[in-house]
Amino acid sequence: MAVELDVELVSPEEVTYSGSAEMVIVRTVEEGDIAFQAGHVPFLGVLAPWSVDVLRPGGERDTFAVHRGFVEVSHNKVTILSDVSEPAGEIDVARAEAARQRASEALSADADDAGAAAALERAELRLRVAAA
Amino acid sequence: MPGGRERELRRRIGSIQSTKKITRAMELIAATRVVKAMQRANAARPYARLITSVIEDLAAGGAEVDHPLLRQAPEVRNVGFIIITGDRGLAGAYNTSVIRTAERQVMAHVSEGKGYSLCCVGRKSASYFRFRNYRIDHAMSGFSDNPSYDDARRIAETVSESFLSETVDQVELIYTEFVSMGTQRVVVRRFLPLVDTEMMAREGSGTGREGSFEFEPSPEAVLEALLPRYTEARLYGALLDAAASEHASRQRAMKAATDNAEELITKLSRAMNQARQDAITTEIMEIVGGAEALGGGESTDVDLALASMLAGTDASDLVPAGGHAA
Repeated sequence: MAVELDVELVSPEEVTYSGSAEMVIVRTVEEGDIAFQAGHVPFLGVLAPWSVDVLRPGGERDTFAVHRGFVEVSHNKVTILSDVSEPAGEIDVARAEAARQRASEALSADADDAGAAAALERAELRLRVAAA
Repeated sequence: MPGGRERELRRRIGSIQSTKKITRAMELIAATRVVKAMQRANAARPYARLITSVIEDLAAGGAEVDHPLLRQAPEVRNVGFIIITGDRGLAGAYNTSVIRTAERQVMAHVSEGKGYSLCCVGRKSASYFRFRNYRIDHAMSGFSDNPSYDDARRIAETVSESFLSETVDQVELIYTEFVSMGTQRVVVRRFLPLVDTEMMAREGSGTGREGSFEFEPSPEAVLEALLPRYTEARLYGALLDAAASEHASRQRAMKAATDNAEELITKLSRAMNQARQDAITTEIMEIVGGAEALGGGESTDVDLALASMLAGTDASDLVPAGGHAA
């Protein structure tokens, strides 16, 4: 049996998730998706606002929306440090939809509104993760 | 006037009793909050520890950066202070000891000819320094007993900004460290500039790790993204410690207040009972005196009434009886 990875999702307030996994898929800021399996070389990366997929040994998959953060891999341990991360099951789709609506309206009124652009990105990520 | 003193004492006892109820309630509330605050402080520890260990790995991976948050000013002209106190009093010496330490620090720097800039967190420190005509550059309050990470981020951003714009060359963080339920102490910590990465690594757990990390996009970019988070995490940790300390101090202060109220009530009750006895005695003397003056020394109903009164009947019942005999 393959060696498993220890996965921890840590927010400033608390450890939000911990478990073991066969593979963890994240997306870093520049170079696209990257997947970790046991035995990966030590790695440190800045995460893009994107989903994090944890493939559990039983074949289950836990998906999180991670809005920003870092991933550190060493000694078969994957640590994701993030201010804001949400498990797919806890995303309020109706709220995310409303937020997307609001943000795109604000953005069409003022294309340079950085706050609205970020809000739109967040809402779209939530919807995508919730739908996955 | 007989009875006047008794009434006054009774009123005081009543007021102390209601004070005691309030302090007891505050004590109980603080006791539950301090437990919650401690749990939060413990829950926040993994993040702070991990972010330090990431910096450690970066240092091991040889990231050499000239990040503005690491800027060591050749000459420190202005010093910023982040002073973390509570929003409310009734917490014993909690607020005053932080304020006193802060003021001493400010004085020390001013006497060396440096400027100062205050960032007061919590209503108590803001009102103290405002009253004494210190210049306050930032004041934030309303979250001292239950700080959120957003609060920490707001403060960190404000302070980092003034550091980056070179308004201040150095920032000190003054708060109360929560050591245990019984011990909290005021500490002064260097907040900015961040000591260089090797120093941070030494501050951390110091676990030996190999230095062959892969970085994405690059060690410098990772560090750049990491340092602001690191300042936020540190400030958040300080806020949580301060909140736990505040609740612990309040619990202790309110316990002392409740005990004191109890003692006062016992003492005043004794005084009140004595006053009542005195009043009764005075009344009896008056009755006896009055009866003797009118009755010319004959043995009358009054003597009988007096005898029964001394046997324990209430004095007030005897006033009409005495009047009747006259």
